Amino acid sequence: MVCGAVFFQRESAMRQPSNSKSMTIGESGLAAVFAITAYVCVIASAKALDAPFAFHAALGAAGSLAAVFCIVNRYFDRPAALPPAEVNGRPNYNMGPIKFSSFMAVFWGIAGFLVGLIIASQLAWPALNFDLPWTSFGRLRPLHTSAVIFAFGGNVLIATSFYVVQKSCRVRLAGDLAPWFVVVGYNFFILIAGTGYLLGVTQSKEYAEPEWYADLWLTIVWVTYLLVFLGTVVKRKEPHIFVANWFYLAFIVTIAVLHLGNNPALPVSVFGSKSYIAWGGIQDAMFQWWYGHNAVGFFLTAGFLAIMYYFIPKRAGRPIYSYRLSIIHFWALIFLYIWAGPHHLHYTALPDWTQTLGMTFSIMLWMPSWGGMINGLMTLSGAWDKLRTDPVLRMLVVSVAFYGMSTFEGPMMAIKVVNSLSHYTDWTIGHVHSGALGWVGFVSFGALYCLVPWAWNRKQLYSLKLVNWHFWIATLGIVLYISAMWVSGILQGLMWRAYTSLGFLEYSFIETVEAMHPFYIIRAAGGGLFLIGALIMAYNLWMTVRVAEQEVQMMPVALQPAE
Amino acid sequence: MSFWTRHQVFEKNSIILIVAILLVIAIGGLVEITPLFYLKSTIEKVDGIRPYTPLELAGRNVYVREGCYLCHSQMIRPLRDEVERYGHFSLAAESMFDHPFQWGSKRTGPDLARVGAKYSDDWHVTHLTNPRAIVPQSVMPGYPFLAQTAVDPDTIADHMRTLRTIGVPYTDDQIASAGADMKAQADPDNAGTDAFAKRYAKAAVRNFGGKTGTPTEMDALIAYLQMLGTLVDFKLYNEKANLR
Repeated sequence: MVCGAVFFQRESAMRQPSNSKSMTIGESGLAAVFAITAYVCVIASAKALDAPFAFHAALGAAGSLAAVFCIVNRYFDRPAALPPAEVNGRPNYNMGPIKFSSFMAVFWGIAGFLVGLIIASQLAWPALNFDLPWTSFGRLRPLHTSAVIFAFGGNVLIATSFYVVQKSCRVRLAGDLAPWFVVVGYNFFILIAGTGYLLGVTQSKEYAEPEWYADLWLTIVWVTYLLVFLGTVVKRKEPHIFVANWFYLAFIVTIAVLHLGNNPALPVSVFGSKSYIAWGGIQDAMFQWWYGHNAVGFFLTAGFLAIMYYFIPKRAGRPIYSYRLSIIHFWALIFLYIWAGPHHLHYTALPDWTQTLGMTFSIMLWMPSWGGMINGLMTLSGAWDKLRTDPVLRMLVVSVAFYGMSTFEGPMMAIKVVNSLSHYTDWTIGHVHSGALGWVGFVSFGALYCLVPWAWNRKQLYSLKLVNWHFWIATLGIVLYISAMWVSGILQGLMWRAYTSLGFLEYSFIETVEAMHPFYIIRAAGGGLFLIGALIMAYNLWMTVRVAEQEVQMMPVALQPAE
Repeated sequence: MSFWTRHQVFEKNSIILIVAILLVIAIGGLVEITPLFYLKSTIEKVDGIRPYTPLELAGRNVYVREGCYLCHSQMIRPLRDEVERYGHFSLAAESMFDHPFQWGSKRTGPDLARVGAKYSDDWHVTHLTNPRAIVPQSVMPGYPFLAQTAVDPDTIADHMRTLRTIGVPYTDDQIASAGADMKAQADPDNAGTDAFAKRYAKAAVRNFGGKTGTPTEMDALIAYLQMLGTLVDFKLYNEKANLR
């Protein structure tokens, strides 16, 4: 596999000599399937109706051939016996796919933040669009959202879920090649989606832009993900399924349902990239925001709450505050979230009854959200002093605070009167980013700072001081970002509805665009700081993996005061 | 047995847990989405809505491809300032043939639901090529490459056939003459313009992009923009009958 040396660590236990070595059914089957896929892709590439489809089919062929090579190569390299489920009575955890996903998470995170900075700058200085198709805002914006949500966030979720499910079930990850298929296949989906946006391949449904063939591939990968996760839960050694795994399970299952519900499309030709979505007009709008809001609810919330429920107790060394609260939190959250979609369609042509339902459930959603926040924060009971000394824990806790802030702001913006002002403005962008940078970003960074030393078997991080720098630079970036967007959003909303004393609209549209300029610069500066923070993290994690343990500066962790 | 003890059935059986999750998340979606397919009041009864002409459809695909919806909404809300700024609030019927819908979620630029016939074709050509040539404060990207890319009259019928399969009422006649109609709409001197006008009510026949020859993406996009919001005659529209 890619970077095999970094991710594979062969245990000596696996090197026992054996005279009968044969390919498993999984190995030969998967190699055969990929060989056929390569063949089909070559034909599709040759018969393609448009250049992007030909390119993607060629990528598919190359990827499939690489997969066949990797499977066969691994077979020749591996000992006859597959890795045992247990070594000396302890579970033999499978860390390879986790390392791969963690690495990809950092890579895509930086790519996604960088594209975000570019498009933020384009809004301040439109010359940066260069008037070329593949560098214009309209194509780069989906690249940014998909890179941060699905590529960065998705890899963090896959990496942490594979780690948490093994540790909390005390068994080795189910499947031999399947976990690798999930992590590599998922990143291949990202590659197809991302290059597609630049080439103008999109079905224009926000956060569900990839075209029909990428959607089909993702479906296969996602079902495998569910099977690997569920298979591990099923063979667990613990009687109870740990609470984080409920959230991971709800996230995986619901995303599958949303993906299938929002994306049924009919391609114009099986040899072309263009398709038309089966739903039209108002029904398409409702499906889209049922999907769109629950991509937030289940991808960016339920999945990352699972991280909160495992990593905060672990890092703080305290049990979860209330088990009963987590039960209520779980069921109330997943039941209520799914109703909230119509608040994206207030005052549109969507019938009023649907809008009112959406608003009502969005407001109710405040309660389970804050229930979860309280559960996360109160886990610190008896360990609050660690906030002074452990910047990783501080990052995790501040992420939960941001979660609380944006889950208050969200229900407020879902109230129709507030929404009439906030909708279509930067306020929405600001709200999204207080959740995305503050909650998802920080909880992911915190989890990666924990996960990388654990997965690579390092005693500690290369430098806690750098974590501290990352924390403060990124926090400053978030504050600049969201306050600029609050001001610009509310300002523009008010300007649109301002009347003169004679009863005329006071501002032309372009005057409201002009007024945004300073805030767009501040926003770009905030995004730049957030990117710098992530680069510091990447360096720190890289050094953690690379530096041999004896060279790690032995920092007096407990004595280091927070700045 | 207490509630908390009963709950252990979910904590100890992964399959029961997964089934329960599926049931719990299904309810909201079913209640909110299914009625939209059969409640008659969902889409207003309006005259004048027709499927896009071949050229408009090609233009709409350019609109989708370039991500215009990321900065321009096509949904005017029934608020005083919006109705005064953009025109009559949008009806559900006006986007009933839109696959996918283009209501948008952000107005970095103005709403486009009724941009049709507001500006001249020339204005659009200049503005799309270099927005700041005509609106100095604009932050919109320029799209000079549209005028250099031809649209394909040969494959547009396949697109219309696909749309018909998923419910857009294109006739056999419209599909059979799709390629010819595409050229006719962009060329007033074309022999097929009369036949075209019969097939598509209220469709404008003009040289939208200002250049002769095969229609380009510029022609197509402007044809699409110029028809947005022009199909319903609001003098004849029965507001009260469609109150919801």
